[in-house]
Amino acid sequence: MVAFLLSRSLIVQQPREQVDTGAKELLDQNYPSTLESVDQAEMEILKAATEAGFDEDEQHRIGMAVRECMVNAVVHGNRYNRNKQVHVGVLKDNDMFTIRITDQGEGFEREEVPDPLHDNNLLRHSGRGLFLMGAFMDDVKIRKVAPSGTEVTLSKKIGPQA
Amino acid sequence: MSVKIGTRQVGDITVIDVSGRITLGEGSSALRDVLRDLTAKGNKKILLNLSDVSYIDSSGIGELVSGFTSVANQGGTLKLLGLTKRVKDLLQITKLYTVFDVHEDEAHAIRSFA
Repeated sequence: MVAFLLSRSLIVQQPREQVDTGAKELLDQNYPSTLESVDQAEMEILKAATEAGFDEDEQHRIGMAVRECMVNAVVHGNRYNRNKQVHVGVLKDNDMFTIRITDQGEGFEREEVPDPLHDNNLLRHSGRGLFLMGAFMDDVKIRKVAPSGTEVTLSKKIGPQA
Repeated sequence: MSVKIGTRQVGDITVIDVSGRITLGEGSSALRDVLRDLTAKGNKKILLNLSDVSYIDSSGIGELVSGFTSVANQGGTLKLLGLTKRVKDLLQITKLYTVFDVHEDEAHAIRSFA
C-alpha cells in the first residue's frame, strides 16, 4: 500500500517537473475598455519590467509600447465598449519578456495600416502607434483570435541591448 | 496630474509652457484646446516650450503635428523649444524632428521669429 502511494505520488509530481521551463507569469489581468485601464496596465507592466531587471530607459520603451498597444485595444479594438475587456498577460521566460494584449474588437489587417514614415503620411494626425511598438520592442506579432479580437504580442530580450 | 499648460507673451510671440505628460485623454486634449484657441485668435507666432514634458505618446505627437499644420495654414509658424532627450528621440524615430523648427535656447528661439 505504501509502495502504491509512493508510486502514485511520483506519478502525480512528475508532469509538473517536466513542464517547468523556468517561465514565470508576472501578470494575468482583464481590464475594462477605458483610458484609465491604459494607465493602470502601463503601471502594472512597468512593475513587472522592473522585477524582470530592465533598466530605466528600457522600462520607458516598454511603457510606451504598452501604452500604444493598450490605446489601440481600448479605442480602436473595443471602441470603449463597457461589455468588452482587454486581457493583459506578461511572461518572463529565461531571457525573454513577453507581453500579450488581447482585445475583443473586429480586428484589422496590418498591411492596411499606412507607413507613418512615408513622406505623404508624415503630417498625419494619427497612425504611429503600431510603428512605435515595433521601434521600442524587439518583436511585435499580431494575430486575430476567435471568435473576435486581436492579440498583440510584444517581446523584448532581457539583458544588455544590442 | 497629467499636464499643465500656461501661455505668456514675449513681444508678438506667444509662448506655451507645457509640463507633465501629453498623452491620449486630458493631456492631448488640453494642448489641442490651447492651440485651437490661439489660432482662432489669430496668433501667428507660437513657441511651444516642452522642456518640462516628461512623456509624449502617439496622440501627443498627433497634437503637435496638427498644431503645426493648422498654424501654418493660417500663415503662421509654430516652433518647438527645449526637447528632453526622450521627446527628441521620439521625434527623430518618427522623422518629425526635421519637420519642426526646434530650439534649445528660448532667447535664440524668440529671435528666430524675426
